Amino acid sequence: MSERMTKKSERIEFTKEMKKDYTILIPNMLDIHFRFLVNVFRRNGYNVELLTNADPDVCSQGIKYVHNDTCYPALLTIGQMISALKSGKYDLNKVALVMSQTGGGCRASNYIHLLRKALVNAGMGHIPVISLNLSGMEKNSGFKLTLPMLRQAFAALIFGDCLTLLNNQTRPYEVNYGESENLVNHWVTTISELFEKGGAVDRKSIRTLMARILESFENIQIAERKKVRVGIVGEIYVKYSPLANNNLEKFLFDQGCEVNVPGILSFLLFKVDNRLEDIELYGGSGLKKIAVNVMFNYLRQFEDDLLSVLRTSKRYIPPASYAHLKKIVAPYIGHGCKMGEGWLLTAEMLELIESGYENIVCAQPFGCLPNHIVGKGMIRSIRENYPEANIVAIDYDPGATRVNQENRIKLMLAIGREKLEERDSGLKTEKIDYAYSFSPVKRAA
Amino acid sequence: MLKIGLDVGSTTLKSVVLDTKGQIVYKKYERHFSQIADKVIGMLSDIARSFPKEKFAQLSIAGSAGMGFAEQVKIPFVQEVFATKAAVRAFQPDAEIVIELGGEDAKILFLSGVMEVRMNGSCAGGTGAFIDQMGTLMAMTPAEMNEAAANHQKIYTIASRCGVFAKSDIQPLLNQGANKEDICASIFAAVVNQTIAGLAQGREFDGNVLYLGGPLTFLSELRNAFDAALKREGVNPENSLYYVALGAALVNNDDALILEDTIRNIRLLGGNRDYISLPPLFRNRDEYRAFRKRHDQNAEPTDAPLTDSKRAYIGIDAGSTTLKAVVLNENEEVSFAKYLPNSGNPVPLVKNFLEEAYEKFPGIRIVASATTGYGEEIIKNAFHTDYGIVETIAHFTAAKKYDPDVDFIIDIGGQDIKCFKIRCGAIDNIFLNEACSSGCGSFLQTFAGALGKSIEDFAELGLLADQPVDLGSRCTVFMNSSVKQAQKDGATIENISAGLSISVVKNALYKVIRVRDTESLGDHIVVQGGTFLNDAVLRAFEQEIRRNVVRPGLSGLMGAMGAALYAKERASDEGRIESTIMNRDGLADFTHSVRATVCNICTNRCRLTINTFDGNRRFIGGNQCDRPVRSKSDKPKHNIYEFKKTLLREYGDVNGVRRETIGIPLVLNMYELLPFWHSFFSTLGFGIKISPPSNRTLYLNGQHSIPSDTACYPAKIVHGHIEALLDKKVDAIFYPCMTYNTDERLSDNHYNCPVVAYYPEVIRSNVKRLAETKFINDYVGIHRPKDFPRKIQPILEREFGSVALKDVERAAKNAYAELAAYLNAVNDKGEALLELAREENLPAIILSGRPYHLDNEINHGIDRFIAEEGAVVLSDDCLMRRYEKFPTAVLNQWTYHARLYAAAKFAADADDPNLNLIQLVSFGCGVDAITTDEVRSILEAGDKIYTQIKIDEITNLGAVKIRIRSLFAAARQKTGVYHV
Repeated sequence: MSERMTKKSERIEFTKEMKKDYTILIPNMLDIHFRFLVNVFRRNGYNVELLTNADPDVCSQGIKYVHNDTCYPALLTIGQMISALKSGKYDLNKVALVMSQTGGGCRASNYIHLLRKALVNAGMGHIPVISLNLSGMEKNSGFKLTLPMLRQAFAALIFGDCLTLLNNQTRPYEVNYGESENLVNHWVTTISELFEKGGAVDRKSIRTLMARILESFENIQIAERKKVRVGIVGEIYVKYSPLANNNLEKFLFDQGCEVNVPGILSFLLFKVDNRLEDIELYGGSGLKKIAVNVMFNYLRQFEDDLLSVLRTSKRYIPPASYAHLKKIVAPYIGHGCKMGEGWLLTAEMLELIESGYENIVCAQPFGCLPNHIVGKGMIRSIRENYPEANIVAIDYDPGATRVNQENRIKLMLAIGREKLEERDSGLKTEKIDYAYSFSPVKRAA
Repeated sequence: MLKIGLDVGSTTLKSVVLDTKGQIVYKKYERHFSQIADKVIGMLSDIARSFPKEKFAQLSIAGSAGMGFAEQVKIPFVQEVFATKAAVRAFQPDAEIVIELGGEDAKILFLSGVMEVRMNGSCAGGTGAFIDQMGTLMAMTPAEMNEAAANHQKIYTIASRCGVFAKSDIQPLLNQGANKEDICASIFAAVVNQTIAGLAQGREFDGNVLYLGGPLTFLSELRNAFDAALKREGVNPENSLYYVALGAALVNNDDALILEDTIRNIRLLGGNRDYISLPPLFRNRDEYRAFRKRHDQNAEPTDAPLTDSKRAYIGIDAGSTTLKAVVLNENEEVSFAKYLPNSGNPVPLVKNFLEEAYEKFPGIRIVASATTGYGEEIIKNAFHTDYGIVETIAHFTAAKKYDPDVDFIIDIGGQDIKCFKIRCGAIDNIFLNEACSSGCGSFLQTFAGALGKSIEDFAELGLLADQPVDLGSRCTVFMNSSVKQAQKDGATIENISAGLSISVVKNALYKVIRVRDTESLGDHIVVQGGTFLNDAVLRAFEQEIRRNVVRPGLSGLMGAMGAALYAKERASDEGRIESTIMNRDGLADFTHSVRATVCNICTNRCRLTINTFDGNRRFIGGNQCDRPVRSKSDKPKHNIYEFKKTLLREYGDVNGVRRETIGIPLVLNMYELLPFWHSFFSTLGFGIKISPPSNRTLYLNGQHSIPSDTACYPAKIVHGHIEALLDKKVDAIFYPCMTYNTDERLSDNHYNCPVVAYYPEVIRSNVKRLAETKFINDYVGIHRPKDFPRKIQPILEREFGSVALKDVERAAKNAYAELAAYLNAVNDKGEALLELAREENLPAIILSGRPYHLDNEINHGIDRFIAEEGAVVLSDDCLMRRYEKFPTAVLNQWTYHARLYAAAKFAADADDPNLNLIQLVSFGCGVDAITTDEVRSILEAGDKIYTQIKIDEITNLGAVKIRIRSLFAAARQKTGVYHV
């Protein structure tokens, strides 16, 4: 029964006072990236804690407090927070929450409002919720994204993308099990320490660090193994969060695959570029255009640095540039398609196919509106041009069971494996469920 | 050495043994009733016995329930579609297309050209389980359905995407007396439709077709239905049940195993229990006995004698799956009662009931009678009962008798969940289940049937289960896979049964009522309906809300009791002394025959069933409006929807002056922007052709290219409109992408939803025939009138050659003016209607939704139904002058949704008990997940009842009518006028 809304409650601000002794809870999404981000926040005086609870209560609380037809990511993140708050671990008068707010025509812009509604209904309406956004929505006196903090945050995301990519391309082939993961942990610690001292944010040190990171991964001994290469695209939360996608990456890894999950940087570039694209398509102020361009170019530098370092590698496949993504997608879908992951999702599928990851899981919440268009809606035309594309769309939802999802993914993998063998018939597979092939060596151009 | 393939499906276990030459030397097929490990052991042991000389075997497992099992017992797993493919290649190399239906899966394999394999997604309608479920509803076995279908005359449209929808299509057909033959054939046609729509996704069926799997092997009529739809004759090969098992055997190149060891291994590993469980319903028998004792206090006899006056009242509840009927004596005690499965046709059951009543009570004087439920009208017509009442009121009337202070009633029946909150003696809020929130009695029944049990036995099994499975709460289809998962994890039938009972309760509480705090349900809770007769369900409910509730002794009969009590009350108000109900002699001569036909009055082409009673009285069912059944319109109708449609018809086809002809699909946002684009292009001298009005055929013509079946119907129907425009041979189709809508200053931003904004991209990517013409789907922003001309001019020039900017500017000016004029006319009319409603004291309904809900094929004539009930129908876009921006609890950033909130606010603040709002919600509309809660909050803050109607491809108007009638009844109660 919905609560009677007697009067509009005022938004609870996160004040300077609160900053002193409140614990701020953040929902988890990207493992490596968020480990960095937590350190960035802490260094700037925020007592943050990354939520890692993933038990069934998360989903039950979500079902209880969020309209069930709302997308699964909202249900999970809100469920995760409420479940944590109810766990008794936190002093409910000394705790605050963070929720990102992207704006835009998708339902996702509403998460923060749904979270507040849920809190009110759970009798915890007094808990402040901080909106994390770059558009200046909802100000809080106790929480400011300062320029130095933003620089660190961006640097953290670049390092996150870099480490994720190298780890994904190394781990399936490493001779000494665990070496790659250890290296990731090593770099998270090292770089966080550098952040602590105010370092690792300027272009030069980022580039140097990434070169060192690359070198360290290239020193890991790898073996030639036959692996099915699988790319993951999708709605951003379901794509990245193991909680939402039932540990998809781990499942694929256990099935003997090499997994490629395109990074977050292009998503950021995409979101900024959308504003330029809007002005281009519909008209708008020139001043705004200049301001947005500054931001766009700032982010692009990071991309340049990441790519220029990775391209020196003989071993690893670098991601494509944002500019390239934008170019290859043009024949398929307009650049004005910007809600949710927009055209970027389609572009990522194309890019994955181009770089040898023709087996793709397109992961989305059940009933995800943008993905009707940019995911499922584009598969047909992609396959027309790339008949080898082997794409499976998987819906995630509190009612969808793992067994159904995994069965469909296994079908995709079985076809992927068969193709692999047809192409490479010299090598014999060892087991039905575990195929091995290719070391992570760049395809001959 | 033997090669063994095992196929562990959702309901059956199949095995095949190949010898070294690849010949089939053994095959077996049986239902596994969830006892997977036992059955596999049994089958392997049988194989071992049959081939005593063979010690070694290559063994692999396939099948949807086999995956986890294979992992558990460490036997290689082969994905079943992949297995099918391998078997087809080996045994039917000529096959190009394979259609395989299983218990809960549907698959299509395209083997020629670009190989593609498709499996049904998470919506699993149209599978074997679906046919079983429909069989339960029809009280027929699939084999009987097959036999019946062979003699069909007609095909009715039945939704197959979701069993819930299908049931609500079939039930009215049954109640209206449609032939079983026709219904069975229609169910098969629905399965075909679902398979093609859901899986073909634009791929043509070119080539030899192979039919595999249980349903297609056993049901010849299903094969015929596929043949008819595909316009080719498919082959059902030998061993068609065993292809998955065959493939599993063929694909295996693993090392051989010692068969005996493997069996021992399975015995060791197969029974592990590892699933999420809930606390038991009862910890022990004593607890159960105490529970029984408490509830048994409410027991009530059903054979009270008539009083001396011999006066009696009859109530009949012709529900969706059961018929309930009672005779009450003057003291409101039950003298005679019946509770029967209706088996699709309530008429003969009522006849028997009446005959028995007359037999039993020779001197009976029936003072009044009333009917309720799905079959209300047919029974009323057949037997001349005095009154008909909506079910919700019937149940409330009955509950009041048991607890005058009742503040909450929950009724879980066969197909419906009905809950009402009572405040100040009136129904304050009504919750009815809709698609995807449906877990009712028939749901338990279907599961019980699948496991080979009766519903009573099945539910009872769960009472003392030690670790009930946590199945969550979700629609039936999802539940199937949850159960499958639990089976895989080794849950016993007992624990599955308890888990299902708990999930029914959770579904009702958290999905239908959307309760957050169980305290808010109230202190006087009455539970009723057949499903609560199961102690397991009742216990689960009490456990979940942590409080005891009242289950009336005759909880299954409450609808009928309520109807009888209502009849009594009304008779006393009216001074009625004798019921019009058919007497003994009438019953003796009573006859009933049924004929099906199609109504040709409008484009809806409703399938009508014409019941004839006693050779001369007719009752027509199946009609969406009252046009085929009324002789002449008696009351004038006030309906803004009709008005808007009339206005839009003005923007018809025009011939071009000096330019090409442009086709415009009348879909989604075009329902509002048609005046704009029509004026724009005609000013520029282009010819214009508008796509024809939507109907089912138009939809089906475009169905093959829909890539995402879970998108909303208003989006999916676009494909049909595009096909229709292509048939009209236009020079170009104009269907722009529009991220932004116009800004009406009611919201923080003015977006379209992603589907409205970008569906043109889906069309471009999926409709192959677009190659026949130009398709213009550029991103266009009419929200910036100053920039619009210079932005669209290059687009026009690109497609049509030189177009002068000043001409474009003039056209744009006209276009904006035309749109404003159209909206102005709509609002003038809205104001006039509102005034009229107030002057004449008529009920008024703001039927809110989106502009495209104007489409008859999308709204299924709900606007007309409301108008025919005597209410003035308004819309959210016809009262715009009365809106102002106000703070909402959610981000208010979509133009259409802002109107919705504003309309709700207007209705809530209007201080007009006659004015109510009904929200139309298209199934699959993700944005409405947000708007519905908000609209409800806004309305409830103003003491208004929130009514939501979910509509899809096919919508059962019966349920919609209950909702609307309940709203009217509740509103009347609020205004103090009790009776109709």
